Amino acid sequence: MSDGLTMLFGLFVLLGAVGAAAALTWFERRLLGIWQDRYGPNRLGPFGSGQVLADMLKLLTKHDWVPPFADKLVFIFAPTAIVVAMLLGFAVVPFSSSLYIIDLNIGLLFFLGMTSLAVYSVLLGGLASNNKYALLGGLRSAAQMVSYEVFMGLSLIGVVMLTGSFSMRDIVEAQRDGWYCISQFLGLCVFIVAGIAESHRLPFDLPEAEHELTAGFHTEYGGMKFAMFMLGEYLGLMLICCMIVTLFFGGWLGPILPAVVWFVIKVFVLICFFILLRAAIPRPRYDQLMSLGWKYMLPLTLINLVVTGAVALSLAEV
Amino acid sequence: MMEVLFYIAAFIALAATVLALTRSNAAHALIFLIVSLLAVAVIFFLLGAPFAAALEIVIYAGAIMVLFVFVIMMLNLGEAGEQREKQWLQPRSWLLPALLALILLVEMVTILATIDTQTSGIGVSPKEVGLQLFGPYVLAVEIASMLLLAALVGAYHLGRGFIDRSKGKR
Repeated sequence: MSDGLTMLFGLFVLLGAVGAAAALTWFERRLLGIWQDRYGPNRLGPFGSGQVLADMLKLLTKHDWVPPFADKLVFIFAPTAIVVAMLLGFAVVPFSSSLYIIDLNIGLLFFLGMTSLAVYSVLLGGLASNNKYALLGGLRSAAQMVSYEVFMGLSLIGVVMLTGSFSMRDIVEAQRDGWYCISQFLGLCVFIVAGIAESHRLPFDLPEAEHELTAGFHTEYGGMKFAMFMLGEYLGLMLICCMIVTLFFGGWLGPILPAVVWFVIKVFVLICFFILLRAAIPRPRYDQLMSLGWKYMLPLTLINLVVTGAVALSLAEV
Repeated sequence: MMEVLFYIAAFIALAATVLALTRSNAAHALIFLIVSLLAVAVIFFLLGAPFAAALEIVIYAGAIMVLFVFVIMMLNLGEAGEQREKQWLQPRSWLLPALLALILLVEMVTILATIDTQTSGIGVSPKEVGLQLFGPYVLAVEIASMLLLAALVGAYHLGRGFIDRSKGKR
C-alpha cells in the first residue's frame, strides 16, 4: 500500500476500533442478558442498540469533576494512557495479507510493550485518586499485571519458535499447514488466561472488584474520564482477541470467503467466548489468582517451551 | 527527517531525565523517568535497533518501572514525604554530583570530537541479536542467568520465612 492509503487505513482502524468498542458495551449486555435469562437493554432503537448513544450522551454531559484531594495532572492523564496504548497496539494487527498498518519485524514485542504500558493507566489512576479503595485496586492491578505479563510473553515464545519470526504476517503465513491452536494448545490456554488478566475483565477484574473495593481504581472517576477507562478495557478485549486469532487461529486464512471477513468472523466468535467466560465463571479470590498464575500457569508455559524447543530442534535437524 | 526525529527524542529524553531528578513528588519523578525510557526506546528504533527498543519498552518501561510505582504506592508517602524530599533537594547537595557529571561530560565531548562514531544505520533484526547472544556472548548470558537465579532463590528464601511466621501466629 502507498503511504497515503496506509494513513487512511490507519484512521479507519482507529475510528473503527473506537466505534466497535462502543458497540461492544451494548452487545455484551445483551449477550449477558441472554445467558442470564433476562432481557438486557432493549428499549431504545432496534434491539436496544440505541443504548450506546444514550450512554454516550449521558457520559458526555456529566459534570467533569476532579476530586480536590487528587493529584490533578496525573488524575487527568491516567485514563488517556490505556486508550492510547491499546489503539497503538492495533497498528501491528494484520487484517489480511495486504491490509495492515505496519509490518514490524518486532511486531509481537510491540504488542507486548503496548499492553505493558497500558498498565500505567490503572496504576496511576489508583495512585492519583488518593483514595484507599482506588489505591488497593491499583496495587492489585500492579501485582496482577506484572505476574501475568511474565507468562503472557513466555506462552508466545512457542509460536515464535515454530515461525522463526516476530512479524505478525510471517506468523500467519506459517499457519497455512495447520493452525497453532493445535500444536501450541498449552500456549493458547495460557495466553487466553493471561489475556483476560491483562485486560482485567471478569473473572479477573480484581482491580475493580465492586463487592469489596466499591469500584477499585476508578472509584473517583466519573463522566468522560470513566468512559475512557471503559473504552480502554473494551479496546484491550478486542486487541487480545485479534492477537489470539492472529497467533493461534490462522489470522485471515480461510476458504472461500475474503480474508478480512474470515478475520472479523474469528475475532467476533472469540469476543463472544470471552463474554461467555464472564457470564460463566465467578471471580476468584486475590491469593487464588496469584497462586493460579505462579503455581500452574508458569510451570505449564515452561513445559510448553521446553517441549516445543525440543520438537522444533529435532525437526530442524532432519 | 530521521535526524529531526532523533533530536526531538533526544531532547525529550534529556528533559524528562532532568525533571525526574528534580521533582520532589516521587510519583511525578517516576512518570518522567518512564517518559525518558520511552524516548530512549525511540532513539534505539531510529538508530536501527528495533529489538533493543522493544525490550526497553517491555522490560524497563513496562515491568521494572511498574514495580517502582508499586513500591511508591505501598509506601504512600503523601505530603510529608514531599516536604522531606524538598529538604533533601537543597542546592548544595547538587554540587558534588554535578561536578562529577561535568567531568564525565567533558570526557564524552572530547571522545565524540576525536573519534569517528558514525553508526552504520543498518537495521539489526531480532534474529541477528539472538545469534550474537547465544554465539560469542553466551558467557554473558549464562552469568546473567545465574545472577537472576540467585536473586530468585534469595527472594524465595526471604518470602518463605515470612509465610512460616504468619502461619505460626495462626
